[in-house]
Amino acid sequence: MQSKTNNGGWSPYLAGALLGLLAVLSVYATTQLMGKSTYLGASTTFVRAAGFIEQMFVAEHVATNEYFVKTRVVVDWQFMLVTGIFLGALISSVSDRSFRLEAVPPTWQKRFGPSTVKRALGAFGGGIVAMVGARMADGCPSGHGLSGMMQLSVSAFVSLVMFFSIGVVVAAFVYKRRS
Amino acid sequence: MGIEQWLGLLTGIAFGFLLQKGRVLRFDKQVGALLLKDMTIFKFMLSAIMVGMVGILFLADQGIITLSHKPMNVGPILIGGALFGAGWAVMGFCPGTSVGAMGEGRWHALFAILGMIAGAALFAELYPFFVSTVYTWKDFGGIGLPETLAYSPWIIVAVFWVVVIAMFLFFEKKGL
Repeated sequence: MQSKTNNGGWSPYLAGALLGLLAVLSVYATTQLMGKSTYLGASTTFVRAAGFIEQMFVAEHVATNEYFVKTRVVVDWQFMLVTGIFLGALISSVSDRSFRLEAVPPTWQKRFGPSTVKRALGAFGGGIVAMVGARMADGCPSGHGLSGMMQLSVSAFVSLVMFFSIGVVVAAFVYKRRS
Repeated sequence: MGIEQWLGLLTGIAFGFLLQKGRVLRFDKQVGALLLKDMTIFKFMLSAIMVGMVGILFLADQGIITLSHKPMNVGPILIGGALFGAGWAVMGFCPGTSVGAMGEGRWHALFAILGMIAGAALFAELYPFFVSTVYTWKDFGGIGLPETLAYSPWIIVAVFWVVVIAMFLFFEKKGL
């Protein structure tokens, strides 16, 4: 096993193991400092972001919608965690010069061509479907995949099997040229 | 910002830093895994789980932290999981990595983020309907594998480590 990869990154085993340590430290720190064991996750933050945007136009609707009331539209620990992911990736990529402006990724371009609009529509449409699914399943690859698996939650095992098996089938259908 | 927000921000910066160093934020890595061509994200995630599960189960065993299992509600887990998988394959990001991908300049992730915010808004509208339908099928509540199988968590952790190490050896052998 090499500690560096040919794209200048760290070994995924090393970076992953360090993330495992961070996850443990984070649960400990939130328990001590916030009084409640809080686990890494990301998708609930998108509900809060939607709530903040809707508040600008239809504030009374957000105040009465059952799901927004249940989720609470506030800037909480996870909201700042997700903000931090952006900053951490920015710091890492600028400092090791792997920051690249990319509008269309290579795998997408090979199948659908260089159109930025097509890629934007794919990302947007895929995002809608994925987030409806993540909120229904009550987690994403962070909440279920990392935090749930680390706790040996039954829901995490079943969710991950669904995420990957359906993802593999849809990816094969979408990206492989039918010849 | 209070202590809760600062703690979240600092943890997130470290999280994003490691995701970027592991090179798992990229569309090609995510879709590469789903096309079974590049197992980088599996290596990263499974390594994190292997290490994290030992620490978290130990701290929970000592009563220092409490576990918080998400409900094993059959309808939403199966249907929601399938919808997530389908959307993920086209989007090429997951909720956490989309934000990180923006941080490393892959700005098409912005459309994924906007789509996910729209999806969250849509879900908030559909929630009452789902609660009266798919959520009612069969809910086992928040359950863990150890009590479900009646095995010690440490036996399950040991089996998990053995299986995952075998997978890693397979990936390396095949150059995935």
